[in-house]
Amino acid sequence: MRRRIAPYLLVLPGGLWLIAFLVVPLVFMASVSTQEGDIVNGFAQTFRFANFADALTEYRTQFLRSAGYGLAGTVLTIALAYPVAYWIAFKAGRRKSTYLLLVLLPFFVSFVLRTVSWKFLLADDGILLQPLKSAGLLAQDFHVLQTTAAVVGGLTYNYLPFMVLPIYVALERVDPRVVEASQDLYASRLTSFTKVVLPLSLPGVFAGVLMTFVPMTADYVNAAILGGPANTMIGNIIQTEYLVNNDYPAGAALSFTLMAAMLIGIFVYARALGTENVLEAAAR
Amino acid sequence: MTTAPRDLAFLRGLTQARTRSGSAATPLTRRDALRVAGLSAAALGLAACGVQGRGAAAPPQKDAVAGYWADKKQNGTLRFANWPLYMDKDGKRYVTLESFTKETGIQVEYQEAIQDMSTWFGKIQPQLAAGQDIGYDLMVMTNGIQLGRAVALGYLVPLDHARLPNFAANAGDTFKNRSYDKGNVYTIPWQSGVTGIAYNPKYVDGEVTSIQELWNPKYKGKVGMLLDNQEIANFGLFALGIDPDKSVEADWRKAGQKLQEQRDAGIVRKYYENDYVDALVRGDIWMCMAWSGDVYQQIAEGQDLKFVVPQEGATIWTDNMCIPKTARNPVDALAMMDYSYKPEIAANLAEYINYITPVPGTQALLKDRAAKASGDDKEALDLLAASPLIYPSDADMARLRSYKTLTSAEEKVFEGIFQPITQG
Repeated sequence: MRRRIAPYLLVLPGGLWLIAFLVVPLVFMASVSTQEGDIVNGFAQTFRFANFADALTEYRTQFLRSAGYGLAGTVLTIALAYPVAYWIAFKAGRRKSTYLLLVLLPFFVSFVLRTVSWKFLLADDGILLQPLKSAGLLAQDFHVLQTTAAVVGGLTYNYLPFMVLPIYVALERVDPRVVEASQDLYASRLTSFTKVVLPLSLPGVFAGVLMTFVPMTADYVNAAILGGPANTMIGNIIQTEYLVNNDYPAGAALSFTLMAAMLIGIFVYARALGTENVLEAAAR
Repeated sequence: MTTAPRDLAFLRGLTQARTRSGSAATPLTRRDALRVAGLSAAALGLAACGVQGRGAAAPPQKDAVAGYWADKKQNGTLRFANWPLYMDKDGKRYVTLESFTKETGIQVEYQEAIQDMSTWFGKIQPQLAAGQDIGYDLMVMTNGIQLGRAVALGYLVPLDHARLPNFAANAGDTFKNRSYDKGNVYTIPWQSGVTGIAYNPKYVDGEVTSIQELWNPKYKGKVGMLLDNQEIANFGLFALGIDPDKSVEADWRKAGQKLQEQRDAGIVRKYYENDYVDALVRGDIWMCMAWSGDVYQQIAEGQDLKFVVPQEGATIWTDNMCIPKTARNPVDALAMMDYSYKPEIAANLAEYINYITPVPGTQALLKDRAAKASGDDKEALDLLAASPLIYPSDADMARLRSYKTLTSAEEKVFEGIFQPITQG
């Protein structure tokens, strides 16, 4: 008897937490997303599903832009994180944990502060650009801040550890003897990487993509701090609708559209990459 | 969002076609009630979380003031929410608050809790809607959309002017009876400021006098504008020679077009919140819309910046003290409000805050203090007493306009026009 109850007891605190702080707010927000009205006269439930259509048509650009930035940022983090994770997993020897700590170190500083520090670094006449400009390597009116590059760069920088860690975990699990075996069978180093190590590490990449693409696409801090007029992301719009315009239905409809779009995207992605692969990795 | 039960007229809305006015609803029959009761739990959950409004702003009842204040007593504590750097400070001590405590016996819990209006309103709105204490008895809100909403929703206490003698005696005429709160029913000013143009003379040749300079292609990518819908709308209107306070929808559309041109030409680097100061000091932007006090503080710190009230006009805004309807110590709040209008106190505040003080009598006081001081202190006080940013000249004053007070319906139109420009 006790054995049968125990698992439920284990899940109880977390389950209650999720119900209270995830399920209930989601139901409320779902309700708000089809309401009509304004803050002064109040909002009333009219099941106006056109809120969703409005959200999509009015802010199509920002949706697409956010997805684009999220994608670009994700690809960049993979490109940067994979070699780092590979190096730590296979070449760092006894200092592995030190290097892992270094990867995590930026998290000890507030997310916003890290982003703001980029403003100083990349200022038009700042420590980075000024010398290059005086040397004549850059045009005088060249600037990085308030460009797409700055926003995508900021996203990549802020979410990099989320990609390094899962890839590292996947690589760490690769049995060196498997690599050895492939080389015994006359695989070149490249072949043994592409045929053995890479496939075994893909679940890590998959997890990393989930952990970076989703928050990157919904991010608004980087666009607000580093972006310009043409870099507004959907997160900024949602923030404006909620906090500035107090148009809760529009904000809720936007949030749900974003959530649905990302769920669909991830589902398609999971199917394409093979969910079994991932489940297998999780089960191991 | 409130979780208060919705009225029955609303529940009917779930089962019947809703008419636009809602007036055609028939009385609720028992059958209807049962049908409502039979709705799924989910639908009830949905029904429970509508956001209760209050309808159009009703003018306060004549006896509202007396009715509210009749049974209120001084409690000896005050919880005061204000913006950062908005109270004179000596090390860690708030001098004015200490002297206030000494004089009245009221202990003050002072918090720099307000960073910007929209976030602040977002924080207090659910609590005020539910009739709960927001943790403060006195708060400082800028005139504009959020203050308008707070008034319209009945979130503010009507002030008892019988207890505000110093306000009556010392407030400048321009600070009484402002368009957003005729007769100072709910608010009295804390400090005012001007939204004008700031520029860095290191990069900008000659003097800037016209708002059109913000459209000058010479400064492509080096002009900063403000993110706030009303601020930027005002500048679009000024550029077209329209008084924002008297503008109508057609004017807004024209202003929107003008601002869109500016953006499309690549002139605007960014639509800033209060981070424009850093960008201006660092040289990321050379010229921008700016708030007078920010620029004055930079100048006082030795930065070479200029601030102008453009010839076409500029906006004057006011941060106002007001009492939330759920305040626990409203009498104490009122005492603080009045205390800040004592000329000596107002002068202390002006000396530290560097925005426009609502007590014009402080200028003479500051000149007196300058005459008695020496060295750096004297220099600072002279600069202050003579500064057109703290005491705008009559010519400047004549060019200053208020934000337009918008109805909810107008706000939607306004947002629809200007938000795509700043957040497109």
